[in-house]
Amino acid sequence: MNPSLRVLAPGLLTTIQDLGRPGHQRLGIPVSGALDPVSLRAANALVGNAPDAGALEVAYVGPTLAVDADDARLSFVGAEAAIEIFPDAAALSGRRVATMRSVRLHWGEVARIGSLSGGAVLYVAVEGGFDIEPVLGSVSTYLRGGLGGWQGRALLAGDRLPLVRDRASDRDDCRLEGLDLRLPTRFRAIAGPQSDYFSEREIASFFDSEYTVCAGSDRMGMQLAGRRLAHARGFNIISDAIAPGSIQVPGSGQPIVLLADRQTTGGYPKIATVISADLPALGRVPIGTKVAFEQVTIEEAYALRRAFLAELDAIPDRIVPLGTGGELSPRLIDLNLISGVVDAQCSSL
Amino acid sequence: MPDYKVLPAGDTALVVEFGETVDRRLSTLVLALAQRLSEVRLEGIIETVPTFRSLMIHYDPLVLRAAALVARIDELMQSLQLSEERGRSWSLPACYDTDVAPDLDDVAARTGLSPAQVVERHSTVTYHVYMLGFLPGQAYMGDLPAELALARREKPRLKIPAGSLAIAATMTCIFPLETPCGWHLIGRSPVSLWQQRGGALLTPGDKVVFNPISLREYESLLAKAAEGALDITPVDASIGAAA
Repeated sequence: MNPSLRVLAPGLLTTIQDLGRPGHQRLGIPVSGALDPVSLRAANALVGNAPDAGALEVAYVGPTLAVDADDARLSFVGAEAAIEIFPDAAALSGRRVATMRSVRLHWGEVARIGSLSGGAVLYVAVEGGFDIEPVLGSVSTYLRGGLGGWQGRALLAGDRLPLVRDRASDRDDCRLEGLDLRLPTRFRAIAGPQSDYFSEREIASFFDSEYTVCAGSDRMGMQLAGRRLAHARGFNIISDAIAPGSIQVPGSGQPIVLLADRQTTGGYPKIATVISADLPALGRVPIGTKVAFEQVTIEEAYALRRAFLAELDAIPDRIVPLGTGGELSPRLIDLNLISGVVDAQCSSL
Repeated sequence: MPDYKVLPAGDTALVVEFGETVDRRLSTLVLALAQRLSEVRLEGIIETVPTFRSLMIHYDPLVLRAAALVARIDELMQSLQLSEERGRSWSLPACYDTDVAPDLDDVAARTGLSPAQVVERHSTVTYHVYMLGFLPGQAYMGDLPAELALARREKPRLKIPAGSLAIAATMTCIFPLETPCGWHLIGRSPVSLWQQRGGALLTPGDKVVFNPISLREYESLLAKAAEGALDITPVDASIGAAA
């Protein structure tokens, strides 16, 4: 039988996402991809996958997954969640595992991921990845267009997600150390492109105000409620293209930050654009959170982007063997010196 | 050299805007710049997105800074060739039967034309594909004859079927997927502008005319499309809609 993860319960909105499908926006095809690509990369690193491999993006309430393979190694990175591993689907008690680590599950074992806290998304990667045909170079799910991912939709109970590997490798499980996934309260943004649709005073007050992330926010856009923004020149523009992190202001005066599944074009003026370094953190902000925006220059944004990319590059260095308290124990160092095993297994991913 | 301004769109994209109207002249400039950029293959450009009167350029700032990109754009503008019209020509079958055109009578009433005149006006224009957007493959085609230009419906529909042929303002569209929509529905096309794995049928700069077909022809072409056997090719390459 082909190895798979069987979906016993789908969670609230669980989709397959990778780093997205750029390059087709001129044809109306959104980029999509993980809301929080930092957590996705870390989840992949924990199981030895390439950074751009597809993984499950879990939103708010997690799925329950059964292993239909000899065994499979899963990792969990993102928001906090209670994760329980049961010996089978009928079992009443299981063992708890923490997030930010990998765990090897055997045939028939069931991982139940509970409600998320401290963030909107959690990524579940599986060693070797899902055996799914990419669409236009990506396995990301674009929900509105029914494109990519698993049948173009969120998971449903009964789905069998095919796996590339029929068993996990013999490497030890690892955990992720020191990756900062906290939610900032201020997000940096560059004014424009339509700053001329707002008075200078209005732009200043936007950067001074606090907004609450509202229900109705989704992978396409984060709906904000707070101080109503007044337009200086009406709220319709001739539709133009939308950048990641665009903050558009429709007639209601309540801003919407456009995220991974953003439409490629739109007809509302955009007061500012969240910088690329802050977008992954924005993607993990759950409904009900208060956020504010801080104006930066493009040069500042470039410097922040460089620092951000350096952090991404350092993710593999944050993968350490499980149960070593962060420092390698003398015994493990010996092992490592002798065989190179630890190094090969965890830090050179 | 054309008038234009450059607007920042975060730290990985910028907008080159040629004006504030929807017209063929501005669209030609947008598409000409997109064409030039694809020819010069500037390292650091990730993709460009043409819209009615502006071009968004997505770039990697660690390879190409905005200042350097803007300087390069300025150079390209000096020698921008507007001969354009590289687009392909298409004849797309369209059924205007009231069974699939819920707003045809209403459009006729609003414009003071008969339904037959609406169809005649709509299907004798050669449309220019300004841009793709909103949904995968969805082409905004213009310009409609002035007498067909109507504001959107006061009450958008929550759902219209895929293939709906619709008009609003100076544009006409075939909606590639089921979607909410405030446009006036004047027909249906069996042609899907979005092919699940093949991408988009039309591309900005293409030219399109609509070829009126009967409800029976529509249904037969739709059945063919469902089998994946409706092969639509540009008219300059063969004969257009395979029937």
